[in-house]
Formats: sequence, C-alpha cells, structure tokens
Amino acid sequence: MSTLVLDSVSRWYGNVVAANDVTMTIGPGVTGLLGPNGAGKSTLIAMMGGFLAPSAGTVTLDGAPVWRHPEIYRAIGLVPEAEAMYDMVTGWQFVVANARLHRLPDPEGAARAALETVEMMDAKDRDIATYSKGMKQRVKMATALVHDPSVLLLDEPFNGMDPRQRLHLMDLLRRLGEQGRTVLFSSHILEEVEEIAGTIEVIVAGRHAASGDFRRIRRLMTERPHQYTISSSDDRRLAAAIIADGSADTVDLRAGNLAVQAPDFGRFVHALPRLARDSGVRLFEVSPADESLESVFTYLVAR
Amino acid sequence: MNAVVMNLTLRGLLGRRRSVLLVILPVLLLLLAALIRWASGGEVRSSVNLTNEFAMGTLLPLICLLIGTGVIGSEIDDGSIVYLLAKPVPRRTILLSKLVIAWGAALVFAVLPIVAAVEIAGDDGGRLGAAYGVAAALAAVAYTAIFVALSVATRNAVIVGLLYALLWETVLGGYVPGVRNVSVRQWALAAAERILGDRATVWGVTSEVSLTAALALLAVATIGAVVLAVRRLQTLRLTSAD
Repeated sequence: MSTLVLDSVSRWYGNVVAANDVTMTIGPGVTGLLGPNGAGKSTLIAMMGGFLAPSAGTVTLDGAPVWRHPEIYRAIGLVPEAEAMYDMVTGWQFVVANARLHRLPDPEGAARAALETVEMMDAKDRDIATYSKGMKQRVKMATALVHDPSVLLLDEPFNGMDPRQRLHLMDLLRRLGEQGRTVLFSSHILEEVEEIAGTIEVIVAGRHAASGDFRRIRRLMTERPHQYTISSSDDRRLAAAIIADGSADTVDLRAGNLAVQAPDFGRFVHALPRLARDSGVRLFEVSPADESLESVFTYLVAR
Repeated sequence: MNAVVMNLTLRGLLGRRRSVLLVILPVLLLLLAALIRWASGGEVRSSVNLTNEFAMGTLLPLICLLIGTGVIGSEIDDGSIVYLLAKPVPRRTILLSKLVIAWGAALVFAVLPIVAAVEIAGDDGGRLGAAYGVAAALAAVAYTAIFVALSVATRNAVIVGLLYALLWETVLGGYVPGVRNVSVRQWALAAAERILGDRATVWGVTSEVSLTAALALLAVATIGAVVLAVRRLQTLRLTSAD
C-alpha cells in the first residue's frame, strides 16, 4: 500500500504556469486524473514519476521525495504516453530487460507473468517495430507491471485503443486497484474515467478544480447551467412560453435565434417539447451551445 | 556498469538506419587510402596528409558524433530513455554503461580503420600506424565523451556537434592559430608527435601543444564531459509538451 502526496505543487516553464498550487493525496485504488488537453496532466504525472522537479511544493511517495531519488522506481511502475520503445528487440526481450534492470531474482518468470497479464504471450517473439499501437501499449503496460509495483502511473493510456482493448485495459486497471495498488491514470474523457476510477481529480488550466467520486463530479458537471441555441417557427412565442414555464432563467432573442440558459438540465429538456407543442411552435433545431468538455471544465474552475 | 543497459544501447546504436554511416565513412577512408597508395606509391608524406586532414580532422569527429548521439541522443529525443531512467539504477551507471559502448564502437569504427588506412596509404614499418592509432584513440575517447554530454545537455546535439567538428576543428583551426591550442585533434596529435620522435618533423606530424599539456587537457575535457553528462542525466526533464 502506497500513497503519493502532492503538497502545494507548482510548476512553471518561464512565464507559463503548467501546474498551479496543486495539493492532492492519491491512495490505493484507481484514481482518474481528468482534464482537457493542455491542462497540465502530463506535467503532474511527470512530477509524480520523478521526471520533473516541482518549481514549488513537494511530491512524496510514502514520505520520501520522488525527485532525484531513483530508488522510488522499486515501488512505481510508469506507463509513458510516448510510444517509442526499443524497436529493434522483441517484446519478450524488452520486458525481460526491464525485469533485469529491476534486478528481479527471476526476470524470465516476472516477464512471463507480466506478458500474460496483458495477454501478449502470443506475439512476444516479434520485434516491437512490427507491433500495432494497441500491442505497444500492452507491452508498455507489461514493462510497468514486471516488478509488481505498488504504484502505477499511466499517462493517457486509452489513447489510440480500439474498444476491445479499452475494455481489456479498464478491466485490468480495476483489478490492479482492487489488489490494493495505487493506480493513477490521466484522461480527457469523463466517461472513461468514471467507468473505473473510484476517485476523480479534475485539473483545469493547471489548477486542481475538483475532487471526489464520480457521482460528485458528474453532479457538478450536469447541474451547472446549460445553454442551448434554438431555432423554431416562432422564436418569440416560444421564448414567452419558456419564461412563463420557469424552466429557464435567461432567454435571449438578440442574436437572431433563441438562446436559453437553463439551470436544471433534466427539467428543461423535458419541458421544451411540451412547451413547443402547447404553443403551436415547430422546433427546427435545438443545439447545446457549450457542451464541449472545455466549457464544462471552465465552469468548474469559475465556480 | 550495467549489462542490460549496454546490451540495449548496442542494439539501439547498430539497429538504427544511420548506423550504415558508421560503415560507409570508414570504407570511404580505406578507398581513399588505396587511391593515394596507387597515386604516390606508398610515400609516407602522402599518407600523413590524408590522415591528418581527412581522417583525424573530419572523419574521426564525425564518427564520434554519430556514435555519441546514437548511444543516448536518439533515446532522449523519442522518449524511450524513460524505460532506463524509471529503474532503481543510478543514473551514473546508466551513463557510464552507454559511454563504454560508445568508446568500443569508436575503436571499431574509427580508430582501427584509421590505422588500417595508414598502413594502406603508406607507412614505415608500422611506426606511423602506431602513432596515429594512439592519437586517434585518445581523440576518440575525448570526442565521444564530449558528444555524449552534448546529447544529454541539448536536443540539438547533432547540429552543435557538427558546427564544432567542422567549423571549430577544421575551418577555424586552419585560419586562427589560437584555436588550435583548444582542439582535441591537436592534443591527440601531440601524442603521435612524441611517439614518432625525430621523424615527426620530417613527416609533418606536429602539434601546437606540448605532450604534458595535451594529456592534461584531454583528461580535463573527458572527465569534465562525463561529470556534466551524469549531472544532466540526473535531472533530465522528461515530459511531453502538455
């Protein structure tokens, strides 16, 4: 059982702040690091893995600092985002080499176990250069698991995976979490994270925006005001009906179509078709104005 | 020294496409040596000309640059070095293991071909070959360490290394006398000059610096480069541009 602690961690590159005063504790179980691209997830993972010095604050693993301390790699398994490996060796040779670098007593046995875990025993004797993206991802995973680490850090592990591989990896991460390991992975897709992560840490623009289980994060995201752009046969009459109904608190007709802000997502989407029918207005188009993940996150930060 | 790091490094160095150059350049030297032998009939002065200018001045730094960046620069560029660094192995051990492979490769692909080229182009009972062998080995040790350090310190190691090898050692060294005192090639040639004794002046194998100064400078450059490389590797920043 291991715990990673980030204490007021900041990291800046020149004038750019990549991580801004982040404090979080990552314990056993699966934790998802969720945030849009460019939010600073990779920077945080690099600092957790000892590959980047925090500009301020400390990152510790069970009390020991991770920066400039290669001994932590006995406890940490790292799955980098970069795809490059040693292309000119076979998957088997590469995983065995990783086991040897850890000075494991039985490198072949450990490599076999790791490759079996990721279901790569069949293709183990092919050169890594011939592997597909998903196979490379699994070999990367095997190199991270070969020394049976108590902490596993994965940077965007689901990128480029097909649905079957995705399910397989989700299943594996869930199992590793249930074994009491501290598993942290980053992603920019909420569905991916809430599927397997017991705890979710949301990062936006380098800041720690929210933390909790997926229900709490989901609620934060769905209970924010939703905006829609509507075009209909009679925008003015529809606007009046929506205001009278009370399911939206802002209605704006200025832009040539109808813009609505609704505090309760569920109530509004159920009320809108009924209101349109009752007032004899035909709906041509209803589109959510700000459903991009970016705006959801921005809302969380501004909250 | 770590056998796994050495093994992966060697396979990485020889497995990449640019390792073809490590064969092509020495073959080119040997062909030139044969041509000179045919043209001058094995005269020692012609052999010295070829070795001083082309072999020691251009080929040796180029091959050492290829090797120095090949043993570590490529892995830093594509990020695969993370698999070595994320291990409970001291970074010093990782760097020294890679350096040993680099020195071995420089011996095989640069020093031995230079000796062979001298013998083909013209020698006097193996004296010149031995002298240039020692000089090339000394230069190779320093060049390789410098280029390995450069690879860890900057992502533009190939460009910086090329500028150094071609501009500093070859062009500037030819026009600005002072530059020649600060040149791995000149330091290494001091050893060749000493070994040849009286024949050195006759054959034109001369150095700008004394042997003692040369050896001290070679040692300082090599050890300094190794220390710098280890330090930079200990704090190597590895993160994708997020």
